[in-house]
Amino acid sequence: MQPVINIKNIKKTYIMGTVEVNALVDLSVQIHKNEYVAIMGPSGSGKSTLMNIIGCLDTPTSGLYEFNGINVSEMNDNELAKIRNKEIGFVFQTFNLLARSNALHNVELPLIYAGMKKTVRHELAEEALRHVKLEDRMHHKPNELSGGQRQRVAIARALVTKPSIILADEPTGNLDSKTGVEIMGLFNELHAQGNTIILVTHEEDIARHAHRVIRVRDGMVEHDGPVENRVLPGVHA
Amino acid sequence: MRLADWGYEIKEGLAISFHAIRANKMRSVLTTLGIVIGIVSVTLMGTAIEGLSRAFNETVSKIGADVLYVQKFPWFDGGDNWWKYRNRKNIDLRQYKMVRDQTTLAAAVTPTAFAMAPIKYRSLSSDGIFVIGANDQYATTFGLNMEMGRFFSQAESNGDRPVVVLGYVVAEKLFPSESPLGKNVKVGTHTFRVVGVVAKQGSFLGMDLDNRVVIPITNFLQKFSNNRRGLSLNVKAADINDLENTKEELRGILRKSRGVKPGVEDDFAINQQEMFIQTFNAIGGVVAGIGLFITALSLFVGAIGIMNIMFVSVTERTKEIGIRKAIGAKRSTILFQFLIESAVLSLIGGLIGIVISYPLSLLINQILPTSMPLSVVAIAIFISLLVGVISGFLPANRASKMDPVEALRYE
Ligand SMILES: Nc1ncnc2c1ncn2[C@@H]1O[C@H](COP(=O)(O)OP(=O)(O)O)[C@@H](O)[C@H]1O
Ligand SMILES: [Mg+2]
Repeated sequence: MQPVINIKNIKKTYIMGTVEVNALVDLSVQIHKNEYVAIMGPSGSGKSTLMNIIGCLDTPTSGLYEFNGINVSEMNDNELAKIRNKEIGFVFQTFNLLARSNALHNVELPLIYAGMKKTVRHELAEEALRHVKLEDRMHHKPNELSGGQRQRVAIARALVTKPSIILADEPTGNLDSKTGVEIMGLFNELHAQGNTIILVTHEEDIARHAHRVIRVRDGMVEHDGPVENRVLPGVHA
Repeated sequence: MRLADWGYEIKEGLAISFHAIRANKMRSVLTTLGIVIGIVSVTLMGTAIEGLSRAFNETVSKIGADVLYVQKFPWFDGGDNWWKYRNRKNIDLRQYKMVRDQTTLAAAVTPTAFAMAPIKYRSLSSDGIFVIGANDQYATTFGLNMEMGRFFSQAESNGDRPVVVLGYVVAEKLFPSESPLGKNVKVGTHTFRVVGVVAKQGSFLGMDLDNRVVIPITNFLQKFSNNRRGLSLNVKAADINDLENTKEELRGILRKSRGVKPGVEDDFAINQQEMFIQTFNAIGGVVAGIGLFITALSLFVGAIGIMNIMFVSVTERTKEIGIRKAIGAKRSTILFQFLIESAVLSLIGGLIGIVISYPLSLLINQILPTSMPLSVVAIAIFISLLVGVISGFLPANRASKMDPVEALRYE
């Protein structure tokens, strides 16, 4: 079967003044539909850079990246925006919600950019919020919600377009451990429902929810294999 | 991209703009100050020009496009030659009679002179009335219509009868509740019998054309003036297309009657509407010039202000731009969003400007017969939108080109 993500020998180099920083060095990875992958590694090892490339927020300096068989390196800005909109749901460590908009509008936003009618948008956004059990907080603004609730809104926003993959860069990094576990429960559920999930974490406990772990160091894959001692879905902590 | 998508983007853009502007009310209003001034100046200029052209058209019909005015002073000449003109021989009734008797191309000729005098009827009086001496041809020459009664007749004019025709406003003031016809009024210290009232003419350049009375010229010369200033001869051409020939004929008669030797320049001026047109255009040009200068300057300042504040806004909202891009906003979407915001900002300035201009246009109406034309309002709205879009372009472009990863990292 064709992988959703096919990355071959990609390299990402940042130029800081006269210094070249090799964030990714010759990295290859394949991820298939309905996989549940944890990317681990020390700080500065290139995890976020990899996620940004997978999420089409950034492009590699060299190498091949195919998304659903389509070569992303050759895409223009508009096509990348379209992929981000329709195929990718991004969940960030700092939630990244629009502060001035309520939960419903935050979740609706990708659908606006997809050009959907208001009635359809509302329905889908409400459904996504119900999915993350926030139907009674739809009209609250982010600052009226707890950290866990904000991350749920962000997850609802990632879900709402029914993307091919959900990417989460340290989604529990800003949450206390109890809330973190709740959020992981939500990811487990989403995976069980057929979603493809890639999440970055540096906590072994969090990674144990996934099925496969990719360890990155200095911009290279150090280890790639199934998770041992996996937390079974439905078993919280 | 489908049209519907733009619809949602416009709506979203508008919603974001109102949020953003409301969040920074004071800053937004101050930013639009330049636009406000620019729009006030452009609407007032438009209103003034509209007023000038209306005044012009009204005047043309009031004084008749086919009238030649023989006077010592040319209408439109700078002050340098003032003494020369002043020292010219007066135009008198003898010259009037020669013109009247010799002209073949004129339909009507009336000499006129004027003075200011109070006018009184019983206990009611009115000061500073423009008293005009003329003959019976006055009404024909200037195309006056009568509100009631009649203009004085040739017999009355030639016989120095003490009769008077009242302007509309004078009649209104002195006869609030009775008919003025046949009543005796005092013009200055002299008694005149009212034979008619001229229909309402309105005002021109702040001068009330209805606040005047007309009496026979010989009567006038005896009672109000010894013709120190001389007369004006007002000659209505029989055919407006023959105005130039009429003028030439008139010139010939006058040179002869005033004894101007061949080869010597005229010692009189034949004024006509055309000069009015030119002067009006000149005044209009000056108004437009000053107005455009102020408008351009303040719109420029306004545009810079908006551009500046939009740059600030874009920088402040870097993170928001990153978020929007991460979830699928295209470059054009972001560009559009900020263009809408600066257009809305500028439009608010424009609307404030229009609101301020309206009472000011009523002030202009005191001088010129005008009201703020709808077309000027439409132009003002269009201009403020345009300025908003132009001044928002660079900031919006910067926003649209932001790298999503960098933008998301911004704190
Ligand atoms: N925009 C950038 N400019 C310069 N260097 C960067 C940039 N982004 C990341 N890096 C560098 O690339 C390396 C990998 O960063 P990152 O992918 O954020 O690591 P991680 O998420 O694993 O902590 C680090 O050394 C970081 O300093
Ligand atoms: Mg990181």
